[in-house]
Formats: sequence, structure tokens, C-alpha cells
Amino acid sequence: MFDVRKRGGIAALLAGAALAFGGAAQAQETFKVGIVTFLSGQAAQSFGVPAWDGGKVLIEAFNNGTAPAPYDKKGFGGMEIVPVVIDEAGGATVQVQEYRNLVQRENVDVVVGYVSSGDCLAIAPVAEELKKFTILYDCGTPRIFEDASYEYVFRTAAHATQDNVGLARYLKAKGVEVSTYAGINQDYAWGHDSWADFTAAMKQVYPEATVSAELFPAFGAGQYGTEISALLQARPDLIHSSLWGGDNQALILQGLPRGLFQRSQVVFSAGDHAMPPLGANYPEGVIVGARGAYGYMAPDTELNRWWTKLYMDAYNVIPVQAPYRMAQALTGLKLAVEKAMEANGGKKPTSEELAAAMKNFSWESPAGLIEMTNGGGHQAIQPIAFGRSMKNDAGEVVLGDIVRFPARCVNPPADMKGIDWINAGFPGAQCD
Amino acid sequence: MDLVLTIILDGLIYASWLFIVALGLTLVFGVLRILNFAHGGIYALGSYAAVIVTPFFAGFGLPDWFSIVSMFIAAMAVAIVLAPLIERGLLRFFYGRDEVLILLITYSVFLMLEDATKLIFGVNPYYLFEPRNVLGNVEIGSLYYVGYDLALGGLAVICGAGVWFGLRRTRIGKVTLAVIAEPEVAQAMGVNIARIYLLAFGVGVFLAALGGAFTAPLISVQPGNSVSVIIVSFAVVIIGGLGSIPGAAVGALIVGLARSFAVYEFPEAEIFIIYLVMVAVLIFRPEGLFTPVKARKI
Repeated sequence: MFDVRKRGGIAALLAGAALAFGGAAQAQETFKVGIVTFLSGQAAQSFGVPAWDGGKVLIEAFNNGTAPAPYDKKGFGGMEIVPVVIDEAGGATVQVQEYRNLVQRENVDVVVGYVSSGDCLAIAPVAEELKKFTILYDCGTPRIFEDASYEYVFRTAAHATQDNVGLARYLKAKGVEVSTYAGINQDYAWGHDSWADFTAAMKQVYPEATVSAELFPAFGAGQYGTEISALLQARPDLIHSSLWGGDNQALILQGLPRGLFQRSQVVFSAGDHAMPPLGANYPEGVIVGARGAYGYMAPDTELNRWWTKLYMDAYNVIPVQAPYRMAQALTGLKLAVEKAMEANGGKKPTSEELAAAMKNFSWESPAGLIEMTNGGGHQAIQPIAFGRSMKNDAGEVVLGDIVRFPARCVNPPADMKGIDWINAGFPGAQCD
Repeated sequence: MDLVLTIILDGLIYASWLFIVALGLTLVFGVLRILNFAHGGIYALGSYAAVIVTPFFAGFGLPDWFSIVSMFIAAMAVAIVLAPLIERGLLRFFYGRDEVLILLITYSVFLMLEDATKLIFGVNPYYLFEPRNVLGNVEIGSLYYVGYDLALGGLAVICGAGVWFGLRRTRIGKVTLAVIAEPEVAQAMGVNIARIYLLAFGVGVFLAALGGAFTAPLISVQPGNSVSVIIVSFAVVIIGGLGSIPGAAVGALIVGLARSFAVYEFPEAEIFIIYLVMVAVLIFRPEGLFTPVKARKI
């Protein structure tokens, strides 16, 4: 690949040609995107690999110019997208080193990555130090922009507050009667934060309901027999769980024959990704969230139909939350790059130009409108949906009984922290 | 009363699973003086072998109960392939070296097995549903238990008794005990020590794979399942005393019951309690509950 950045005189000629022939020069240039997600470890199967699967087919479609408008320009503004993919496994210390490698050795133009909240919290200050435009595409902790502010860091997915606020609102909307409820969540930040958000939201939506059991098994425990017995003994009306991946599937496999899903209404706040692999063995009647309006719950738009077909043609399985979140990062990045290029006369944008383009930006993704309204214009809000697992006419377990909530119904306003907003009774929420 | 029964029953089921895995770990340490970190990787391979072998036999139209038999076959297949490969191909070159060095070597084998598993099976999950349906459900108190889970207790007893009987009541077992006590003297008496080491390691691998195979119906089989089991198994054998079979049994019981009690009474301490028990034992018995000081016992 001919790299104009390394050939000063010729670059000037090409820059002139670019002005004369529009995007012709960009067709010769590449745009390197560092992509970081789990390719190994327990999060690989549920999140990392499907996310990169989605990113791969989407980048290919962008490079071929086969995506629908407004994504129909080849690559990013005519520049071929070259992904550099890194495994997120290894912990925050390793990831900081990998990030520096991506920026300083691989010379990527932007970084898109990070499922783990711990990795996001570690990477954000380093991105700021290196002044590299960085998109956090998946991690959930509200702390990124609630506890700090950044110039070069953006998150293109809503943080975790909406998962449990939306869930409580869904229960109310569907008239689910809850006098007692219990929780089984993993014993690390995600599990504890999810449970804290859910109990806070329930205090607002179901003020009379009481907690009958709180369980925090180890991440990756695998054996849930004792926890299932404890939940069966407690007999709550509702069981809340943010378990994901293999833990979520193990709970289902072990709880199903013991009547766990018959005795209580089970809700999985982020459990959509377990449905395709378990297929017909997935229990019916479970209320399922996906951390957005994804998969079975995605809006019926031309863009989503195209995206779903693109993914299913490649992998023969419906896209769930992880590929959707990667898609909303890459669609936003593409439009931000092209917006920045319009502003700078068609050159490859700098990190500063990209940050200016992305700040307070909004765009239509396959999952609906993404708006960078919070965190000083760096944090997205988005609609969310929930559904109930049920069999369709073909005997497949899918999600029905779907309710979608607008972004401003389930996300805090720009000037409030998520937990404060919940505890204050959702002031300013716009649900109609 | 119902709650006490449930706590005991859940604790016993968990302890049974732990004991099957920890038994192999303690056996290998007792005979070879190797703290085998690769045990977790072998456990995971046992799960994968079960989800491949069991549907294979089911394809011949065999009855559902044969799925239980096929899990034994899967574990045996793992032992036949891996035991000579790891013990003869690698570990034998390090016998007599520092135990920390051998621990690092087995840890590297663990990492290699993790990656080999990913290369062969990918990262997508595999499931094995049939064996867990074979024994139906049982109503105990106000709860339903799956017969398969309760049967793990029987399997643990068979494994423990089998290893004990093999060591104490068979000729090869007595030769193994002689090798444990005085390897040089045993060799001078004509004992093929290499064969004894391979056999003991093979049984350890079989037990790890068996634990993995019988766990497969309870979980989604995917990368990453091997880490947590090896850590808890280490806690069990340290509590009971490294190299002691009764120690592994008692250690598994203590951990199983303590964890079960914590889930009901102190759920926030569910993980902590296992290591609290371990620390408490080590304070009063640094060599573990069943290991005599300076003696090698199996």
C-alpha cells in the first residue's frame, strides 16, 4: 500500500490531485483501526468473538461500498479500513501495554475496543495522555464519564444504568406482580453494580417489594446447585440475574430441571446472547434484556434488516448484543471520520478533528438512534428493549412481548449520575 | 429441619464433584511429588471429550443410559492420549528437581492445553444434555433434585474406594506404595519405577478427565472452565494434606459443607469461606489435616 504520509513531495502532488479529483486520493490511503476485544477467555464466546465477527463483515461491506446510505461511501471517506485486532485478555496492565503498542508501534489512527469495565477505566487516561481518539464500544461502568472527563475518549454505547432501570420499567409495564425478589449476580463489579442499580430502581417502581435473597457466586463458578436450592427455598416472586456467558448458561442448565424457572419469574438483564447457543433448550417465560434494542428486539428498519442479513449470511446465527455494539461504534466512527473530512478539506482527520466531529454527534445505527449527549458529549444514550422468551410457530425459542423504551426514559440526564438519578425517582425521564 | 437437610445435601453434592477432581491431584502428588497445575486443563479436556464421544455412541442407537458409560470412555481416551504424552514426553526429565520448577512446568502445560483446546474446539460452547436426564428427578423435602447430581456422590465413593483398594489391596498398589516410601530401594528390587509413575499419572489424568466429563452436562463447555476448578481443588488438597486420599475426602467435605452453609447464611462470604477454612487449617496444621509431618503417605 502506497503511504502518502512518508513521501513529502509526492504527498503534496497527491494532495493537489485530491482537491481536483475528490475522493480519488483517499482511495490510495488507508485508515488503521485498532480493535481490542476478547478473543480468548470466558468473555470470548459471548462477547469478544461475536463482536469481531460483526466488525469483520461490516468493515468488509464498508470497504466494498455495499452498505446502505448514509454508509455507502467506500471505506472511511474513500480510505480503505485496515483493522488491527488485539486480544483483550490478560487484564488492565497488559491492555495498557497493548494500547501503547497499537498507538506507538502500529500507528493506528483510532482505537475501538474494550468489553471489560476495568480495562476501560485503565485505558481512558492513557488515551488522553497519548492524545489518541479512542472509542469504548461495550464496557458498562458509569464511572468512565461520571468520575472523570476526557477529550479523546468516547463511549458509543449507553452505560449500565439503563439495563436495570429499563428492566424495572418493563416489569411494571407488563403488570408483573412483585412482592419479593432475589438476586444472583457474579461476585465482581459488574454483578454488584447491576444488583445495586436493580434494587434502587425497584425501590422506585415497586416500593413495597422486599429482597428475599442476595447471592454472589464467584465469576466462572460453574456449579450453582446450592444457589438454586437457596433460591427455591426463598420462593421469591422474581429472580434477577446479570450472569453472562457460561455462568448464565450453567445456571439455566442446572436450574431448568429443578423447576427454578417455574417457581419464580426469572429476569436476565443481559442474557440475550445465551439464546442462540441454547436454542430450543432455552426456558420459556424468561424476561431477557440485551443492553440495548438488539437482536430479536432491534427496530424493523432498512439498516437493521441489511445488517442482520449481512451477519446471518456470514455466520448463520442472529446477531446479539456484542456485534450490535461493535456495529454502532463502527457506524458512528465512519460518519465521524467523513464529517471531519468534510470540515478539513478531505484529508485524513487527526484525533483532535475526530473528537470535534464525534462530540455531541448522533447517528442511526442498526439498533436505533445513538446520541452522544452525556459525559460532556462523549457518552452515548440509546433506546433499550426487553422481551420474554417464547416459542414461535417453528418451535424455536425467540423473544416476544417486546417493549422498547426511549433513550431518555432509561438514561439519566447529562448532568446527573446514574445512581443519583435512580434514587431521586428518575427526574426528567421522558418515556412517551 | 428442611433447611439443614438442604444445606447438607447441597454441600455433599458439591463435595462429591470436588473430591473426584481433587483425588487425581492428590494421587499424582503422593506418588510423583508433582503439584500438577495441568490438572485443570485435563479436566477441561475431559468435558470436551464427553461432548464429542457421547453423541458419537448415541448415533449408534444405544440406550440413553449408555451416555453415562460413554463419559467413562471419554475420560479413558483422554488419559490414554495425554498421560504418556505429558509424563513420558516432559515430566520425567524433571523428576527430582525443585518442586517449584515442576509447578511452573505443569503450569506451562496448563496454558498449552488451554490454547490447544481453543485451536481444536474453537471458542463456541458445546452442550451435553442426555446424561442428566437419565436418572430423572427426586423430591427431597420441598425441593426437586436431579438424580444425576445425587449420583455424583456415588461416583465419588466409587472413585475414592477404587483408588484406595487399588493401592492397598492389589500387588501393583503395594509396589506403588513401596515406590512412594523408598524409590531407590524399590528400583534395586527390580521395580520398574517409570511404569509405576506412568500408571499413577495416568490414573490422575483419568480422574481429572472424569471430573470434567461428568461436569459437562451441567455447564456450557467452552474455554475458561479450567481455572476455577483447579484453584478450589488446590484448596481441598491443602486442607486435607497433599498426597492423602482420606485428606482429599475430608477436605472436599469441609469445603462443600462450608460453602453450602455460607450460601444460605452468609452469601456475601461464599467465596471467602473456602479460603478462610484453608487458612484456619494451615494455622493449626501447616501440613494439612491428614499428612504426618515429614512422612509421605497415600
